This record gives sequence, structure tokens and C-alpha cells, in this order.
Amino acid sequence: MVANTPGPASSPEPGPAHGARSDVGAVRPPGASEDAEVLRGYYRQMALIRAFELRSAEMYARAKIGGYCHLNLGEEATVVGLMAALRPSDYLFAGYRVHGYALARGAEPGRVMAELFGRVTGMSGGRGGSMHLFDAGLRLLGGYGIVGGQLPPATGAALAIAYRGAPGPDSEAVMCLLGDGTTNIGAFHEALNLAAVWRLPIVYAIVNNQLGMGTPVEAASGEPELFRRGCSYRIPGERVDGNDVLAVRDAALALMESAREEHRPGLLEAVSYRIRGHSVVDPARYRSAEETQRVRDLDPLPAFRARLIEGGVLDQETAARIDDETERTVTAAIEFADTSPPPPVDTLFDGVYATPVPNVFTGLPGDPPPDGQTTVTTLGES
Amino acid sequence: MGRTTVGRTAEQTAEQAVTYRQALHDTLRAEMLRDEDVLLLGEEIGVFEGSYKITAGLLDEFGPRRVRDTPICEEGFVGAAIGAAMLGLRPVVEIMTINFSLLAIDQIVNHAAKMRAMFGGQVSVPMVIRTPGGGGQQLAATHSQNLEVFYAHVPGLKVVAPSTPADAKGLLASAVRDDDPVLFLENLALYNTKGVVPGGDHIVRIGTAAVAKEGSDLTLVAYSRAAVIAHDVARRLEDEGVSAEVIDLRSLRPLDRATVCASARKTGRAIVLEDDWLSYGIGAEIAATIAEGAFDYLDAPVRRVAAAEVPLPYAKPLELAALPDAAALTRVIREVLEATRFVPRRVPSSQG
Repeated sequence: MVANTPGPASSPEPGPAHGARSDVGAVRPPGASEDAEVLRGYYRQMALIRAFELRSAEMYARAKIGGYCHLNLGEEATVVGLMAALRPSDYLFAGYRVHGYALARGAEPGRVMAELFGRVTGMSGGRGGSMHLFDAGLRLLGGYGIVGGQLPPATGAALAIAYRGAPGPDSEAVMCLLGDGTTNIGAFHEALNLAAVWRLPIVYAIVNNQLGMGTPVEAASGEPELFRRGCSYRIPGERVDGNDVLAVRDAALALMESAREEHRPGLLEAVSYRIRGHSVVDPARYRSAEETQRVRDLDPLPAFRARLIEGGVLDQETAARIDDETERTVTAAIEFADTSPPPPVDTLFDGVYATPVPNVFTGLPGDPPPDGQTTVTTLGES
Repeated sequence: MGRTTVGRTAEQTAEQAVTYRQALHDTLRAEMLRDEDVLLLGEEIGVFEGSYKITAGLLDEFGPRRVRDTPICEEGFVGAAIGAAMLGLRPVVEIMTINFSLLAIDQIVNHAAKMRAMFGGQVSVPMVIRTPGGGGQQLAATHSQNLEVFYAHVPGLKVVAPSTPADAKGLLASAVRDDDPVLFLENLALYNTKGVVPGGDHIVRIGTAAVAKEGSDLTLVAYSRAAVIAHDVARRLEDEGVSAEVIDLRSLRPLDRATVCASARKTGRAIVLEDDWLSYGIGAEIAATIAEGAFDYLDAPVRRVAAAEVPLPYAKPLELAALPDAAALTRVIREVLEATRFVPRRVPSSQG
């Protein structure tokens, strides 16, 4: 694991030892100390996300899902590795590619799918949709549709943690997810700077799938090794192979520990590759045939499966059973979503304000505003 | 704005006359004493004591944990306040002037305003953004704007704009205790104005306008600095036998349409005085509200007195010409009164 470690405060240098792992795309054998059940659990989560996303694309094509729909296909190892580094007491902020994180955080698949379907049983009551999954109990404090929008609030959540308690092994901490393209927006830099000067317990995790919509990282970022961008703020940065669930988990665990125990922010970059287009409606024609083949070769799900079988923690039969179970789980989630009602129209104004105040206008289009008296005048009437 | 300071130990138990600045300072302090979850964030609010000295002495009293100087990054620190509020703190953010709020507008409009509804009511954002607007200080085009209508347009936000020290106190206390994001509009020209402030716990409900002065002949609608001008003009008109009613909106979202329309129905004449630009301004909303709610009672079209539609120039004569003032309001009042053949009532002479 290669980290960029900031030098002492008096040093003008950001520190000598930062660099990238050179083995992105390679798959390590599972460590001897890994618990077999835990490893099978990771595989199960990855398989669930894969199945969920493939069926989501199908449901979108069948017009069960509206709006935008961004899938975690190809990012399963990153998603599961990052979530494995969090405790239930930690807070998670995400971007708009958030289905997998909700599932790995423990959300009921039916409630995730119901949100995509816009149903009242969805995670956000059908009011947020695919990009805006939220669950207060799971401390998933939102998927955010505006690129970079989640970074300042996530930083503020870390501020609240620091405001209330001292660093230590029991401190809560925040993980804030972002895409590679988000590192170019001002909010990223303002948030990292605040986290550094205020010493906040937060890890920013860049999910580098190598494309911001259709723009490659090299074309968008002056420093394409994105983890190095922490140098400007003396925030330790690190790049890991996002196709290696254990590498992602271990790197994230180490940074979360610093966040917890020292209230020191961290920056993690996990490099994977988006298997499909930016969203379900994007055919990704900007990709060459060679690139598409490379994506298939890097697919983390068959790689992890093969690795576990090779390591003797999974056999073909068990793997097939897990795959069948996840398929059934997703089918049940779709059925739950499809049989759930949409939010009733008479709840339209619910949740807009927390503290009721006088004179909030709750008319529908065409309704007169509440002026205390409605006057209707017909032209020509005297 | 000079180096005016505020008294650091003003304990208000009884009614007394204080400046708008002092009322804000004392209310912030009282709310911080009342609730440990209240903290202040903003540029230069600590060591420098605030650009307009509202937070003078608070760093010394409460320490850097609760009075937090921020780097110059409106999007960052407004967004951080949102996140802190999501976890239950009650941050009060100072944006040095409303002009700089544009750097944070994504966080205010796309995030603070949306979260509660968009996330199915699972989270609220109990935060206050205090910020002064207004021209007239020769700060030129980018530092003299009245952009409150940008925020008043957005469901999910609350926007208040007190004109008196008493309302500054009452609305700030309400805003801090409210569980929704509140934009609290101040005005550079009001900080040194004085008024009587009720002692003890004084609350003004967000969403309610005030009848600042009762009258029967015409209605003047205004908020913030313009409400002070409208009140002065209305008092002078009394001497001429014109009884003007002054509605101080105080709250721009929600808007107290009932109070505005009731007054327009009573007087039959309405004029809006506003510091923002005419087109699509607060006055447009008021005029439409009166047209919908009091049309049959009007003797004349609703008139608006607003800022000239230019980026505000630096040179004093140009700046003065562009801003709405008592003279412009008085002229429009006379036009409306003449057009409706108003006959002033006999004014009892003070000479006997």
C-alpha cells in the first residue's frame, strides 16, 4: 500500500512517499487470515449488486423506472470494499451512483427498488428517486445528484462529530464518496481544505471509474493521479485497485482509523472501470472495441469468484447457489416495488418544512393564493 | 460602515432602545447561552469580530469551538453548516454580504432547501444564514445588490427581512429555533438604526407581516430598509391629512398575503416600496397578490417603487439616482392620490 504522507507542518514539501500502486487490475490471492465466511459475504454482496443493477436496467427499459438511472456495474468490488470499512455508527454521503452502496450498507433491496420505482415504500418515500437514496437509520445521509454537492455537507457532518466529541477509537467518522470527475469542481477543494484546517474525521473516497460521463480522466484533470490532489491540503492520499475488494477495504479501514483516532481527513482513490454507459440510456459509443474488451477482462465479479474458488473458500456449487439466491432476492425486490403504491397526491406538501409556520401556500396549480378572500370578477360585469 | 462597536454586556431584561446591530448581537449571544448546539460560522466573525461587528466579543466569550472563523469559501462553509445541521447542530452562518451568497447558491437552493422533502422527511436542516444586502454605501455594482428574491422564490427555504431592532430580535430567535433553513436578511443601512426592543424572550413568528402603522387612505407595502422609509413617509403624510397604512412584510417566504390583501381591501390604493429591481421583484409578487385578492376593492392600479435597473454605479449622484427613496415614494403616492381624486381630510392645527 503506497500512501502520500504529508511532511511535518514546518516542511514546505508535501512528503516524499507518495505514488500509485502499479498493479491496478491485478488480483491478489486472499490473505491466509481472511475469514472464509466474510469472503463469501463479500462475494454475495457483489453478486447482489450485479444482479440488482442488471435488473434495474431492464426495469428502466420497461419504463418502470423514470428519470436518470446510474448503475454501479463494474464497481462492485469498490462498493463492497468501501462499505466493509464502515461501522454502523459511521455516516455515509454518496453521489448519484448510489444503489450498490445502499445495498451493501444493508438497505432492504425492496426498498431500494421501490425508490427507483417512485413508490411510497422506497427509501426516500418515492420523493428522491435513483439518485437520492437516504436512510437515517443506516446513516446513509443521501445520494446527491449535483456533482460535488455532497462534499460540503459531508464535511459539515464531520464537523458536528468533532464538535461533540474527541478523537478516539470510538469516535464516529464520515465517508464521502465522489466520482473522478468531481475532483475538478470547486466544492471538492473547498471541502478538503476545510477538513484539513479543522482536522475533521472524514475520508473522501474517489471512485475512479476512469470516465466522467464520456470524458476520460486524463482529458479532465490536470493531475490525473487523483489521490495526489490531497497534497495541496496535506491530506494523506492513496490509490488502490478498485477491482480488488480486499485492497479497497484495507486501505479504507486504515484511513477511517486515522479519521476516527486522530480526526485526520484522508483521501482514497479506488480505480475501477465502468462496464456500461454513464446512465442506462447511454450506449457508450465513445469507447473503442479494445477498451470494451479490456473492461470485460477487468470485470471484478468473475475475477473474485475465480479467486475464491482457487483459494478454496468457494466451490462452483456454492457460487451458483449464491447467484441463484441473489437473483431471487432481486426478483422479490422488483415484486415488492411493483406492488407498492405511489405516494398519495394529498401528501404532496409533506416534508417541505419541518417547523410549521403561518401562510405557507399549499395550493395546486391554478388554485388562488390564500389571501383570506377569493374574488372572482367577470369582465363586463358591473 | 465605521468601526462602530456593540456593547458587550448588554443584558436585556427590560424594554430599551438599542441599535439593530446590538439587537442582533444580543440575540445571537442569548441563543448561544440557551442552546449548546448553536454555533457560529463565517468569514472574519471571530478575531476580526465580523465585518459589521455583529459578533463582537463572542469569540472571547464562547471560544473558537462555537465561534468558528472560516476560510474564504462560501460554498464550502455554507455546505458544511448544512451537514452539521443534518446531524442536529444549529449553525448560524454569516455571509459577509448577500452578494457572496451567489458563491453558495448551489448549497442553499439545491441542497438546504431540498433535503427534507427529497429525502422523504427523514432529515431537517435547522440552520440560519445571516447576510446583509443593500446599496447606498458606494460599494459599486457587485457589492450593493438585493438578491433576496432569488431565495424567496424557492420552496423549502424561509426568508425573513426585519426592519426594526425589535423584529431583528424576534425573528432571529425564531430563525435559530426553527428546524428549517432560514435566510435572515439584514441591511447595511439599518445596522445603526435604533428602536425599542422588548426585554426577555421575544419571538416573532416567521410568516407574519406587521401592520407597522394603521391608516385608511392607502397601503404602503415594504420590508427591510424600505419599510423604515415607508414608515417615515407615512408619518409625514399625516400632517397633510393623508392616512397611510404601512405593511412591513418581515417575512418574504412564507408571504403573509392575507394581511397585505386585507389592507388593500380597506384602503383601495396600494404602493410597494422595494430596494430590489423592478422586474420580477418582490413588488411584482405583491402586486399580483393584491390583484388576485383585492381587485374589486382597488381604486387604482398597484404601483411599485423599485431600484433602477442598472448595475449600481459607484459615483454618488448616480448611486442616489438609482436607489428608491422617500422622494420617489412620495411622488408616486401623490400621483395615485391625484388619479383617484383624493380629498385630504382636515388636519387639526397644532396651533389651535
